[in-house]
Amino acid sequence: MLKIENLHATIGDTEILKGLSLEINAGEVHAIMGPNGAGKSTLAYVLGGRDGYEVTEGSATFNGQDILDMDPHERAALGLFLGFQYPVEIPGVSNLQFLRESLNSQRKSRDEEPLSGGEFIKLAKEKAALLKMDMDMLKRAVNVGFSGGEKKRNEMVQMGILNPELAILDETDSGLDIDALRTVGSGINAIMRDEKKAVLLITHYQRLLDEVQPDYVHVLAKGRIVKTGGPELALQLEEQGYEAVAA
Amino acid sequence: MIASVLPTKRDEGWRYADLTALEPVWNDVADVTEIVAVPAGETLDRQIVIPPATLGVSVTDLNVTIGKGGTFNLHLLNAAAHYGRMHVRVTLEEGAHFEMGGAILGKGEETLEIVTETIHAAPNATSNQIVRTVLSGRATGTFMGKVHVARDAQKTDAAQSVKAMLLDRTATANAKPELEIFADDVKCAHGATVGELDKQALFYMASRGLDPATAQRLMLQAFIADSFINVADNTARETIENKALEILEALS
Repeated sequence: MLKIENLHATIGDTEILKGLSLEINAGEVHAIMGPNGAGKSTLAYVLGGRDGYEVTEGSATFNGQDILDMDPHERAALGLFLGFQYPVEIPGVSNLQFLRESLNSQRKSRDEEPLSGGEFIKLAKEKAALLKMDMDMLKRAVNVGFSGGEKKRNEMVQMGILNPELAILDETDSGLDIDALRTVGSGINAIMRDEKKAVLLITHYQRLLDEVQPDYVHVLAKGRIVKTGGPELALQLEEQGYEAVAA
Repeated sequence: MIASVLPTKRDEGWRYADLTALEPVWNDVADVTEIVAVPAGETLDRQIVIPPATLGVSVTDLNVTIGKGGTFNLHLLNAAAHYGRMHVRVTLEEGAHFEMGGAILGKGEETLEIVTETIHAAPNATSNQIVRTVLSGRATGTFMGKVHVARDAQKTDAAQSVKAMLLDRTATANAKPELEIFADDVKCAHGATVGELDKQALFYMASRGLDPATAQRLMLQAFIADSFINVADNTARETIENKALEILEALS
């Protein structure tokens, strides 16, 4: 599904990703762990298509299509979802309007019929309930006045509504209390655990991986994947730290 | 206030005006002041939506008196003129209220301005002015708002909120709130900002699949929403909002 080969990316003059390779197939959950500054968020942003990152070498394809030359909204329409570490506030734009326009924009570029207002509300209610989010919050402006935990929950509601093929979740667990972590974890499982879908979890902690069991765990250090293993690797990292494991 | 002689940039109320565009039509527009009197205790609503232009120049001039306890709700859409000027002078009697919401939407080489003089002549009057400006190309958008509080106009509450959004770095926004206060027990608030579309928000929206044009439209729609939120009549509000959205679509 996602194939990254020898990816090099820079911000300004600084090279952050230095030859990263990773392959994710349908039905798999991958976790990327790594120390601060290793390039985890950069990887997420490069795959999402954020401005300011330059790919200097290597490739990334999604279902065989080169995504690096595509605009962010085109990548989303292909089925790529980026869960933000710091979800952005958009004053004056309601969650519902934003998501309906987003979904219909995606559907349009896939030559699908737009969802009617009624169909959309039904879908939104279902996904909000899954994440235990009050419908009233969906009527409010996007993330404005939301707590850190509510923002992350809102990311997952958005993921549920948009129903992507691949979700790249950048520290979705940070800022969550234990109950919210459990809700978000089961939300990820309910929405994304499917033989046709895949998840890339970027995280610092083992806790989320208790809720969402990864098939593979990768250690990202200094812009490359330095070690790959099964779920046990995350436990080993938690006990011994990055330096000992990745050295 | 329009003088019979062509104004110059030295006239404070005209410092950002497009006088070159104004000159050929000056004789036609020099005398257009409309007198509006809101009777004591009554409410008057008025919307001015892109008034007609002569040779690309449109000048609106209102001289308003709001009687004791009266209310004047004024909403302005200033757009689609090579030079568009809206000047409003309002005198408030005791306990009167002046509510104004305006949008300035400029593109190309347009010069658009809203100039207000709000005179709190008596105690307990309130005024609230909201202006939102969106500019692209080499357009200039100006708001100048002078609030004058007379010596015995105690308990005056006057507020001005002015925000401008530049879609291109070549556009110019001027915001000049001005206070002249001779009473000592008053509340006068004013805020002015000039900014650009939030790039982070645009990327966030794109990452959900919104195409850039729609993302920008949603953000600008939200940005100018405050201008017309207080139009009491639903049909009138929809008319002015829809016109504004149509203009916004053409800005980018």
